Amino acid sequence: MKHIISVLVENKFGSLNRVAAMFSARGFNLESISIGETEDTEISRMTIVTRGEDQIISQVLKQLNRLVDTIKVTDLTRQPHVERELLLMTLKLNKTVQHEIFELINVFKGKVVDIKQKSITIEVIGSPDKINTTIDIFKPYGIKELARSGAVAIHRGE
Amino acid sequence: MHASGQTLNGSEIFFECLRRENVEYIFGYPGGSLLKVYETLYDIEDIQHILVRHEQGATHMAEGYARATGKPGVVLVTSGPGATNTVTGIANAYMDSSPIVVFTGQVPSSLIGNDAFQEADIMGITRPITKHNFLVKDVRELAITIRKAFFLATNGRPGPVLVDMPKDILNASCLFHWPETVEIRGFKPTVKCHITQVQKAAQKIAQAKRPLLYIGGGVISAEASEELRALAIQQNIPVTMTLQGLGAFPGNHPLSMGMLGMHGTYWANQAVNACDLLIAVGARFDDRVTGKTATFATQAYKIHNDVDPTNVDKNVKVELPVVGDAKHFLASLIEEMPETAVDRSSWLIQINKWREKCPLTYKNDDNKLRTEFVIDEVSKQTRGNAVVVTDVGQHQMWTSQFYTFINPRSIITSGGLGTMGYGLPAAIGASFGVTDRPIVLFCGDGGLMMNIQELVTAVFSKVPVKIFLINNSFLGMVRQWQELFHKEKYSFTDLGDSNPDFVKVAEAFGCKALKAETPDEAKKAITEALAWNEGPVLVDFRVVKKDMVFPMVPAGGSISEMLFERLNPKTMV
Ligand SMILES: Cc1ncc(C[n+]2csc(CCOP(=O)(O)OP(=O)(O)O)c2C)c(N)n1
Ligand SMILES: [Mg+2]
Repeated sequence: MKHIISVLVENKFGSLNRVAAMFSARGFNLESISIGETEDTEISRMTIVTRGEDQIISQVLKQLNRLVDTIKVTDLTRQPHVERELLLMTLKLNKTVQHEIFELINVFKGKVVDIKQKSITIEVIGSPDKINTTIDIFKPYGIKELARSGAVAIHRGE
Repeated sequence: MHASGQTLNGSEIFFECLRRENVEYIFGYPGGSLLKVYETLYDIEDIQHILVRHEQGATHMAEGYARATGKPGVVLVTSGPGATNTVTGIANAYMDSSPIVVFTGQVPSSLIGNDAFQEADIMGITRPITKHNFLVKDVRELAITIRKAFFLATNGRPGPVLVDMPKDILNASCLFHWPETVEIRGFKPTVKCHITQVQKAAQKIAQAKRPLLYIGGGVISAEASEELRALAIQQNIPVTMTLQGLGAFPGNHPLSMGMLGMHGTYWANQAVNACDLLIAVGARFDDRVTGKTATFATQAYKIHNDVDPTNVDKNVKVELPVVGDAKHFLASLIEEMPETAVDRSSWLIQINKWREKCPLTYKNDDNKLRTEFVIDEVSKQTRGNAVVVTDVGQHQMWTSQFYTFINPRSIITSGGLGTMGYGLPAAIGASFGVTDRPIVLFCGDGGLMMNIQELVTAVFSKVPVKIFLINNSFLGMVRQWQELFHKEKYSFTDLGDSNPDFVKVAEAFGCKALKAETPDEAKKAITEALAWNEGPVLVDFRVVKKDMVFPMVPAGGSISEMLFERLNPKTMV
């Protein structure tokens, strides 16, 4: 099963490496990992997406906790949370499909961030599922390049 | 001693911090990045620096010292090759949860990342084999970092910590401030066990008909042997121990069942299979203990106490996890137990039947010298009171079977990593820490060569280590597997034609040396070696070449199905 884990870590040299290395050393699945500063500049938040059976996930959580640089580890999967991912994608542009592309961008609440003679770059934000769908739908139009941020997630407020 | 508030340079701060951590010995080797440190060290008298001959030796010495005393061992090495030479020792300490602090010199901060002379990314290299590691980036951070390093190495589940110190940091000065307390946000080990879990455990014990204590090295590092003894005796619970747990419970007590697992005793492994309650304390269900996990203690309700939650449910799923310090667990358990124990005589009788059926024996009627005899004889002559260090191989397993360990901190051996070359330096380290008990090393002829250079260190420091070389002219343990499982293809395990004359080697190092080829000679040599305390002594025991360690559980097999003989391997149940 897919799990989304939020980890507060010391904003220190090597923290990301420690976490990533632990996943590879122990053979845990690591679908995505993203990291950024929090409201406290000494602390970063990592969002990790992984897959595994319950026993594996429980080891993942414990091993994360065991790292000295991790301050708090939360499995958000079964808790109310918001999960978002950013997609940047450059598409081939030609007159015949231009119209359709713009319509689809609207449907996915995307934004045009750059446009050239033969290409268009768009951004879409949404749940990883929505991002998957977006990519599938745009594929037939010719994706030149794409980048995904990996999921970031946070508890829903009270 | 320097006071807080004085201006000191990095090297002075370094030693000032060690002083405040009550460090007695540093196992080290100098080099370019540490010149300032060694300059400072020149005038220091209250901390002894032991000059090793290879940095791997330093790490094993520090670990030997730590395991013998319970105090953290300290290593000091230069950057690049000095640092990379410590890797095996650090990995060893990590696998066996030994508290050591390794200080590495590093190229100047401004050169890090430039492939500078003698630069190695020791932070990156040791990240997966340290409990934690630090790169000091500012001399003002040095004291607090050292404080944290010792704190981490010794609290919770012990382990190795590395501190990387760039050369410029050691030269720079700042106001010295010693932090009296440490606070590490991400490190809050659970020491006290949850009382409801303890109560549940007590209930289970009170009801159990066939309970078994399965004890690991965690009981020794938590100094919980007394509590263990009290609980086992009061409640009539037989005790089996892992390699690292030996000595946690006296081996000469009727409730002691010796070691379990691959080369454990038949009766301990049978008891694991038959018990209705397994109480694991400070042990981690290692594959050398469990064999095939699917058939391990299947009839038992399992309680698992460990200070490291990641050990729980990792290899074997348990019914009752109790996270916390072993001493706290056992002490609170005793409080929760009813005064009177259940009658468990039929269980103990059953265990004794197994013991009588397949005792640990060895052939001793043909006047040939065997390892088992040597170990048995050393056990008798030292009355189980020695600190016994081993290397890795057959002699190590025989030590677990034939030395009767009475006290905790009596076996020092490489369990998790199985590092050949560990024994000699670990024994030297132990002999700095413990001076009122004999330090005995059992070492193979293969393993001795892996850190033989440390004999110089022992001779120079005049440490009275008894180096009992079990010389079978083979990489015996590998030879055993070749014979049993690899068509008797003795590929590169016969050392007979290439081994040196170890007596001459020892003498060249300035070490007293003896040789024994028969049981009689061995007996005399042991007596002589034990009486010699002016420095190290090596005894070259020329034991039979092709003996095998039995009983044995083939890798991945069920521990109830043990091999007892060499040919036509047949199993007994
Ligand atoms: C550094 C290292 N290399 C290789 C091994 C694999 N190995 C395990 S036991 C063994 C043989 C040890 O031979 P010896 O030291 O003579 O001890 P014996 O088994 O003969 O008692 C070997 C090669 C190891 N454990 N460690
Ligand atoms: Mg040998």
